[in-house]
Amino acid sequence: MLRYACLRVLGAIPTLLLVIAIAFLMVHAAPGGPFDSERVLPPDIAANIERAYHLDEPLSQQFFRYLQGLVQGDLGPSFRYRDYRVSDIIGDAFPQSMRLGALSMLLAFVVGVSLGIAAALRKNTLFDRLISGVAMIGISVPIFVVAPLMVLVFAVLLDWLPASFASGNGASRFILPVIALALPQIAYITRLTRASLIEVLQSDYIRTARAQGLKSASIIRYHAIKPAMLPLLSYLGPAIAAVLTGSVVVEQVFGIPGVGQFFISGAVNRDYTLALGITIFYAAIVIALNLVVDLLYGYLDPRTRAR
Amino acid sequence: MSLLKVQNLQVRYPRSDGAVVENLSFSIQKGECLGLVGESGSGKTQTAMAIMGLLPTNAKIGGSVLIEQTEILGASTATLNQIRARRIAMVFQDPLSALNPYICIGSQLQRILLEHKFCPPNEAVQRVLAMLTKVGLPDPDRQFRVFPHQLSGGMRQRVMIGAALLGAPDLLIADEPTTALDVTVQAQVLTLLASIREETDAALLLITHDLSVVAGHCDRLLVMDRGRLVEEGKTAKIFASPSSDKMKALLAVAPRIDRNAPTTQAGDDVVLDARDISVGFKERRLGGHKNLHAVRSTDISLRRGETLAIVGESGSGKTSLVRALVGLIPTTGVVSFLGDRLAATVGARTALQHRNLQMIFQDPLASLNPAMRIVNIVAEPLIVHGENTQAQATATAMLARVGISSEYLYRFPHELSGGQAQRVAIARALILKPAVLICDEAVAALDGTVQEEILNLLQAEQAQSGVAIVFITHDLAVVRQLGHRVAVMYMGRLCEVADNDALFSRPRHPYTRALLDAVPVPDPDIQSTHRSLIGEVGSILSPPSGCPFHPRCEHAIVMCSDRLPDFREEPFGSVACHRADELDLGY
Repeated sequence: MLRYACLRVLGAIPTLLLVIAIAFLMVHAAPGGPFDSERVLPPDIAANIERAYHLDEPLSQQFFRYLQGLVQGDLGPSFRYRDYRVSDIIGDAFPQSMRLGALSMLLAFVVGVSLGIAAALRKNTLFDRLISGVAMIGISVPIFVVAPLMVLVFAVLLDWLPASFASGNGASRFILPVIALALPQIAYITRLTRASLIEVLQSDYIRTARAQGLKSASIIRYHAIKPAMLPLLSYLGPAIAAVLTGSVVVEQVFGIPGVGQFFISGAVNRDYTLALGITIFYAAIVIALNLVVDLLYGYLDPRTRAR
Repeated sequence: MSLLKVQNLQVRYPRSDGAVVENLSFSIQKGECLGLVGESGSGKTQTAMAIMGLLPTNAKIGGSVLIEQTEILGASTATLNQIRARRIAMVFQDPLSALNPYICIGSQLQRILLEHKFCPPNEAVQRVLAMLTKVGLPDPDRQFRVFPHQLSGGMRQRVMIGAALLGAPDLLIADEPTTALDVTVQAQVLTLLASIREETDAALLLITHDLSVVAGHCDRLLVMDRGRLVEEGKTAKIFASPSSDKMKALLAVAPRIDRNAPTTQAGDDVVLDARDISVGFKERRLGGHKNLHAVRSTDISLRRGETLAIVGESGSGKTSLVRALVGLIPTTGVVSFLGDRLAATVGARTALQHRNLQMIFQDPLASLNPAMRIVNIVAEPLIVHGENTQAQATATAMLARVGISSEYLYRFPHELSGGQAQRVAIARALILKPAVLICDEAVAALDGTVQEEILNLLQAEQAQSGVAIVFITHDLAVVRQLGHRVAVMYMGRLCEVADNDALFSRPRHPYTRALLDAVPVPDPDIQSTHRSLIGEVGSILSPPSGCPFHPRCEHAIVMCSDRLPDFREEPFGSVACHRADELDLGY
């Protein structure tokens, strides 16, 4: 198991390098640069700045310089937030995003799996149709519609909860953003769990368990849950990565200084190092979570284990 | 007082005309072994499901099923769960899918004990181990933690039987318990069921399409046809003088090895000669791979108009061998085909060679393109080979020849029955007038009567066109009926090649003899020579030293484990056994 994990980590290095190279090229290929603004700088000042940030060097040289820093754990200086290193920015912003994301995923998992199981057990009843219908709405209505609506209802009209993260304090300021972030995930997880459990319940080994006189509850708990969770697992890897690294919309609506906000500003401002740094950070998290998913797969499905 | 009483059982489904089970009444006495036979679709399994209370919720069920005083039909799940495992237990056909692949087998058995409180929780593991020992699992301590996919088919079915016996039921229902198993393993499982009946005095309802399975084991028989009971009585009496047309038909087509070999004559000129064929796969493992030799230096030759039957248990390499001949998997060795050397890969072969080497497969529906109409499926090979003009007309004629009437021409494969689909597959293969037709378990998925029809069709086509046939099968009765010559394979090597009559009357390899002994005969009077072969086919990942068969061979001597026997080619039959000359294995 440990050997397998090590091999996988090593195997991730080429993937990561490819991501870095493509991201680097794309960031630099975008028109404009970090120091373009309405006010045109005098040529010698512009040249000075470019030299200070090594932007006058050939692209290949810049790339290797960047890689060199990366190996030492340095993502470079931010071009826009002067005096900040990209690593510091991520280090400050990520805990904010992660806390929010982890709470949302936890909520989404518990609620989604429960609703999915409940719907699967009452397949084709009114309850099931209702759940599936609501889940479909949850998937199709975008978060930038739901989040402001929630603010309007619960913060402005009812005044139960704070409208923004910064203005509130304590646990209450988490409630709206966590729910907003969790809603589409609840919908996906509900649908996945429902479909997968229905399929498992039709399999021969469930028929065997019924023939053995096991109670429905035991059949679900003992025989069906584990196989039904497998498709969900493949979805959860990338989904957790996406949610942990911050939702741009939710952070914007609730004013949370998370990674998502910096990602957008980095891209818009041509803050090369910031945009690149967050991309690489995101890629690393996706790779790491996929590794965790694969290891869990091996644990859950004995047929995929190396003999 | 009967143990189980079924009265006027009726099962039908909405949106389908006719009942799948119609007005069925029978009873089972305590300790009795009752056989329920019929072809697929006759309602056997639906009957078993009704007894277990396992029919789907949309089934419309009528009549009554009583286990002593308790009515099963319409009973609550709680009542049913009191009956299941305790009173009635069931063994299913395919033990791989019937066991949960995510849970180790010991734990699955333990769950039954705990759920029903058959024993105190701290004794459960001991009880499971005792049961695994009882059903013949070697090394039960280790097997407790094993997952179903790590066991062989026979061992899985033993686990299923063990699971069914945990509650000491009064009635055991076994639905095609040996259909998915090899013939030597089938014999072992049937022996196990028989010994359990002797020991526990449980009644057994044995459901099968295979008359030879019930012939040796059941006291009484029920014969079903299209949902109805058509005959009932003592096994010996039904076999001796069947009264229903269905049973007569079933008996007439029941494959048996004590029949006659084919009467057609094979030609003299060799059309295909394969020398030193080996097929290897690399089994990927962590940090490397292991070589797996599916076929090892095997020689096969085939004459015009001849049928060579290749027989062997699963894992014997028979399918790998013909896939290599057809060029679907890489191989080493030399194949001469119609006088020319045949390239190893499909891509390097000439169009003429392709035309002359055709193949049909086990599952006819899966081998026909579901999006194409029948006539186009059959015409396609002609079009591929540039004969567009008459393609449709030729295909229509070919389909008529294999017995597919014109009303089916524009239908899709899923609208055909299994037998019809296999006829279409045969038409598609024969439309190019090949010199060699390779059939991979071509009748294994078909019912008895349909199987007979397809075999007759192949023989008729051979008589007409002189096509040479390589027929792969695990079924010795099919071999007997179809093969001019027979090749027996074991763990990737040839054991014996002989003419049909010689092989069946005077087998020279102990494995051949063991295979013949394991075949049950559909005749209650001939069940005497039943000697089960011990053990199961070994792993080709780590084949035994010397002769691959020696660990299971009752005639093995020291030399057998030391040295691989040569495959000695002799005109009257070739054999690879050190002791072939001194042993007399004939009947």
